[in-house]
Amino acid sequence: MKRHLLSAGDLSRDDAELILTTAAELRELADRPIKKLPALRGRTVVNLFFEDSTRTRISFEAAAKRLSADVINFAAKGSSLSKGESLKDTALTLEAMGADAVVVRHGASGAPHRLANSGWVRSSVVNAGDGTHEHPTQALLDAFTMTRHLSGGKPTLEGRRIAIVGDVLHSRVARSNALLLHTLGAEVTLVAPPTLLPVGVDSWPVETSYDLDAVIPKADAVMMLRVQRERMHGGFFPTAREYSRRYGLDGRRMATLQDHTIVMHPGPMVRGMEITADVADSERSVIVEQVTNGVAVRMAVLYLLLGGSEPAVGGEE
Amino acid sequence: MPAHPDTDARVVLDAGDIQRALTRISHEILERNKGADDLVLLGIPSRGVPLAHRIAERIASVEGYAVPVGSLDVTMYRDDLRLKPARALLPTEIPPGGVDGKVVVLVDDVLFSGRTIRAALDALNDIGRPQAVRLAVLVDRGHRELPIRADFVGKNLPTSLVERVKVTLDGIDDLDAVTIQGVPA
Repeated sequence: MKRHLLSAGDLSRDDAELILTTAAELRELADRPIKKLPALRGRTVVNLFFEDSTRTRISFEAAAKRLSADVINFAAKGSSLSKGESLKDTALTLEAMGADAVVVRHGASGAPHRLANSGWVRSSVVNAGDGTHEHPTQALLDAFTMTRHLSGGKPTLEGRRIAIVGDVLHSRVARSNALLLHTLGAEVTLVAPPTLLPVGVDSWPVETSYDLDAVIPKADAVMMLRVQRERMHGGFFPTAREYSRRYGLDGRRMATLQDHTIVMHPGPMVRGMEITADVADSERSVIVEQVTNGVAVRMAVLYLLLGGSEPAVGGEE
Repeated sequence: MPAHPDTDARVVLDAGDIQRALTRISHEILERNKGADDLVLLGIPSRGVPLAHRIAERIASVEGYAVPVGSLDVTMYRDDLRLKPARALLPTEIPPGGVDGKVVVLVDDVLFSGRTIRAALDALNDIGRPQAVRLAVLVDRGHRELPIRADFVGKNLPTSLVERVKVTLDGIDDLDAVTIQGVPA
């Protein structure tokens, strides 16, 4: 039975389109006086965050609350997790509390998979970012934002060219996006220095390039990734200044984009590193809109997983 | 979905009957409301929406100006939401003027148990506070399970519970028709 959302790669094209059309309807809710729907009344959603996160947790919390679910926030700091409790014992505790869905962020790649497939919990597991592996709801909100700008709201990205630029190696966002955007028909190009492309990237459904200036004039959307210095133990590029000159998006490079091309960033961004302030604040930037869309997309995911007698989307297992 | 009625299905309303019924409903709405002031028509997807638009066209041709038309999806307010797999949402479009203080006419194709209308009333409650809510349906087939009735009815159609009433409309389907069908043995 489809119960979990662990990887963007688990979503079929039909699943992805269903989530995006559902999100489009739920997006309208933000403009209504009463931002609340009764679909998940009496269901409990646990936000289990082993890693610090502000925007993703708040986004999931707002999504669950707008669907009338009860929300329990479980953060690593100040809880039994910081006292050495194992993932298994935490899971058993959540199970005993009757959680219907567990939204999990963990520093270790594969932790949500372990939680979903261990038999410890019966609830649906939603991956909210695991290590350097995946962040499927971020990819869904990115795709949703792209369809609103590039496809007139239709849930397809057929033939669109998307450039994902920067620290692909440490980015769970890049992997999820590459898989999902490919499913939706887009042509994805990863642009990064050789040291920041992961081993095995040739098996991904993407093109790769080391030359930003050659790629972006043809792109319909340019997604800049943060350089994740906290995950770097070694020299991946000579200096920040050199990285910024070769792989950062500044006003000069922005001028080479097509008129309709949008600039995206999953946040948090480092102004002056991968993106300059004038680009981040420009008309092309949809970075703030991505945050708004995130709530709608997460509502769609929670509704489709928990709203009925059985989930409508997601991976097998 | 087959566009044409199945062979054992009996046509109860053909295209001409449906047009005449909608014309009469439009006039009844105007008569009851003493004109088209403050009217808002909300169709319940999927087939209530084209019906609402057709009623709006007739009202416009009589009164000379357009009344706001929208749609109201009730999926998340259904009492059987938990009994089936999560269903896709249908469009909700509230006209720019909103519904506060307006006379809202809900439009649906078939009135049966009344549960859809109950859900619609709950959905409307989250959108605003109309001055009054009325209900227009193309077919009332009876068998109510809730204390709900229609104000404007195209045709009262006595049915047995095992029969199926199917409305097809030009625009969604290929032709205008209301058919009734016994369940095959």
